[in-house]
Amino acid sequence: MSTAAIKDASMEQQKALMAGYFDALATAPERGQKCVYTFVPGNLTELIRSFDLLPVLPEINALQSGMRGKSADYIGLAERGGHSEDVCTYVKCDIGMLKSGNIGPTGKPLPKPDLLLLSYTGCFTFLKWFELLREEYDCPIMMLHIPYQGDGEITPEMRDYVVRQIKDELIPQLERISGVKYDEDRLRQALALSSKAEDDLVWTLESAKHVPSPIDAYFGGVYYIGPIFTAFRGTQDAVDYYRLLRSEVQGRIDQKLGPVTPDGVLEKERYRLVVEGPPNWTSFREFWKMFSCEGAVVVASTYTKVGGLYDRGFRHDPDHPLESLADYCMGCYTNLNFPRRIELLESYINEYQADGFLINSVKSCNSFSAGQLMILRELERRTGRAGGFIESDLVDPRYFSAANIKNRLESYFQMIEAKRLGV
Amino acid sequence: MMTTEISPDGQLAALVADAQRLYEDLAFGSVRAWKDGAQGRRAIGFLPIYAPREIIHACGALPVGIMGGSDRLEIVRGDSYFQSYICHLPRSVVELAVSGRLDALDGFLFPSTCDVIRNLSGMFKVLFPDKYIHYLDLPQNFVAGQGGRFYRSELQSIARAVGALTGIEATPERLRHSIRAYNDNRRVLQQLWQLRCDAPSQVSTAEYYLLLRAGYVVPVEEHTRMVERYLSLVGSVERRAVDNIRVLVRGAFCEQPPLALLRTLERAGCYVVDDDFVQGIRLIPEPIDESGDPFDALAHAFLHRSLPCAVKYDAKRTKAADLVDACKRAQADGVILMAPSFCDPALLDQPMLQKALEEAGIPFTTFKYSEDTGQFQVIREQAGTFADAIKLWGATI
Repeated sequence: MSTAAIKDASMEQQKALMAGYFDALATAPERGQKCVYTFVPGNLTELIRSFDLLPVLPEINALQSGMRGKSADYIGLAERGGHSEDVCTYVKCDIGMLKSGNIGPTGKPLPKPDLLLLSYTGCFTFLKWFELLREEYDCPIMMLHIPYQGDGEITPEMRDYVVRQIKDELIPQLERISGVKYDEDRLRQALALSSKAEDDLVWTLESAKHVPSPIDAYFGGVYYIGPIFTAFRGTQDAVDYYRLLRSEVQGRIDQKLGPVTPDGVLEKERYRLVVEGPPNWTSFREFWKMFSCEGAVVVASTYTKVGGLYDRGFRHDPDHPLESLADYCMGCYTNLNFPRRIELLESYINEYQADGFLINSVKSCNSFSAGQLMILRELERRTGRAGGFIESDLVDPRYFSAANIKNRLESYFQMIEAKRLGV
Repeated sequence: MMTTEISPDGQLAALVADAQRLYEDLAFGSVRAWKDGAQGRRAIGFLPIYAPREIIHACGALPVGIMGGSDRLEIVRGDSYFQSYICHLPRSVVELAVSGRLDALDGFLFPSTCDVIRNLSGMFKVLFPDKYIHYLDLPQNFVAGQGGRFYRSELQSIARAVGALTGIEATPERLRHSIRAYNDNRRVLQQLWQLRCDAPSQVSTAEYYLLLRAGYVVPVEEHTRMVERYLSLVGSVERRAVDNIRVLVRGAFCEQPPLALLRTLERAGCYVVDDDFVQGIRLIPEPIDESGDPFDALAHAFLHRSLPCAVKYDAKRTKAADLVDACKRAQADGVILMAPSFCDPALLDQPMLQKALEEAGIPFTTFKYSEDTGQFQVIREQAGTFADAIKLWGATI
């Protein structure tokens, strides 16, 4: 493995984008720009930005706090304030950050919300999270109820429900807060830009079908989804970022290079894996290295679909703006029912020629985790490939046991070897 | 020849014993017996906390509440489906299902209570592909033209599916009849709650609880008669009042505490005068309109007349006031916030409830349980200390 530190141009570009975004948030109050707190799955970034409002995403703040080693203190503070050790650590991290002065991950203050947009998509905890935040802020809150795909499909009634909420409640609310009139043409232009960026994101994710894969679609994937899942969908910045990323990945394919890892370019791909579940953020690099050191590459993951299943054909559609936003909200991975989640994973295992699949079961996230052991059994039965199961948490370092996880992974890789030998 | 007349005490004991048998029958024998009573009968199970039973009833089917296995079910396979940090209820539900105890049920509704029950709906789809399994997405938007409209379509979809199973269409007439039957049930349950609140020494928490649970397995008309009979009997017996404090319980709306835990609270010095046990049975406590469009009536009742609950979005921000009002109405001396371990809705709600109680100067205590909790000494000591403190120092603790 090469040890040279590699900083691709796209990484630098993303870093600059994120820094600019957090700067914009820090200076929003003095510039008079208003902010909308909302969630990643089913976020309505294009719509929010079309009113000159800035989205703030508490999950991103929490995961950034986790990566920067601040989450343990924040969680402790929330628990001392009465929050149970049993519940989501994103919520407690966010509450703890708020109680510590709401200093964002880059060390700059986050603005207070002018609206709490409770986009209730695929996660029950969101509902309670914003009820809790409402106790702290003097601002309006709006519930946008996104129906779950319980029967594995989006029905006309579900779409109609979401569109009505957007049209009759959310848009008037955004108009009131921003003082800007709803401009559907502006929204359409943004959605057209979203669609372009989505094309290149899908191309990038699907590049992992190459052998060797030029990308890691989980550890690297979380960087690739960054701009499009957060504040940049619908912007030219996102289009430019994904075009650049695509050209870099094409370069790696041409040179038959593996993915960039914390230790440089992976030189030999030994295991191709599909991963279900979010990563651990508090020991992200250490966790990644447990894979890369063994030559394990994640070729597809479900976590990179929490902000939309673009690889299954969805695109924001400027010709049907509100319907398209409604479908987007309902189509996020955690809004799929179990049979569809299993089908998706099965198709990834086959399409990406995976040697096996691994579930990282995180304590904090029942939306992902409840029932994952059944997913494990079903996938083993359907594909015959080796399944692995590890447990950790999103941002609570108390639940990341490095030795235990490493042990399990080593056993898992041995299991793949045994399968190869037909043992 | 002398005939022995059974005393009211004896009749009461027999009625409670019947309710306890129903509660303890994890194989749903009464449901099987009901189905055997006529050809083609169907039973539809539903998970906590709320399902519109009127729709199932109008289709000629029996709605059956599936509340887990309590402390009476050995979990053999259920644990292999869930990690250690998932609550206990889904383990026992899966155990009941894979062991064949739920075979009498022809379909299942999984209300949108939390992510665990939501995912369980999909697991059942995988486990039982030939059964009717539906995730009931209760509206979190309480505007009639939005959440109400969507919920109406959900109700109609359930009516169509259950009607297809029974061959009986839920016509407006049948639905109105069903709403009436459940309204009758609501009235007697209101009387039961009122009596329990007015004279908690007369209605023990355990008896009250067993009556609620009976309502989830027997036909509603039978349950109404059962509660009426209980009220009549309990009014004619005298039970000794003890120096217990009056407490309100919150957090036990989904995974249920074992019966022994409820008895423990009483023995520790706490009369439970208001609670959220089996909350689905009285989520809509007042009668529902029997005259207009029945789907609209059911939707309207859920949107505007259902009780506050941790699984419902608190749209009007009345959570704190609702809890304080409930304490005042019930003349509660204090509150026990008892939540199942790993219960997101209850535990995430708790900091907000605690704040409301602190601001109102209402004493409270908190603990966690699971449906199979078997050791009660710690809870007894905690509840007993809570009761003693209130008796000694009142609301100043």
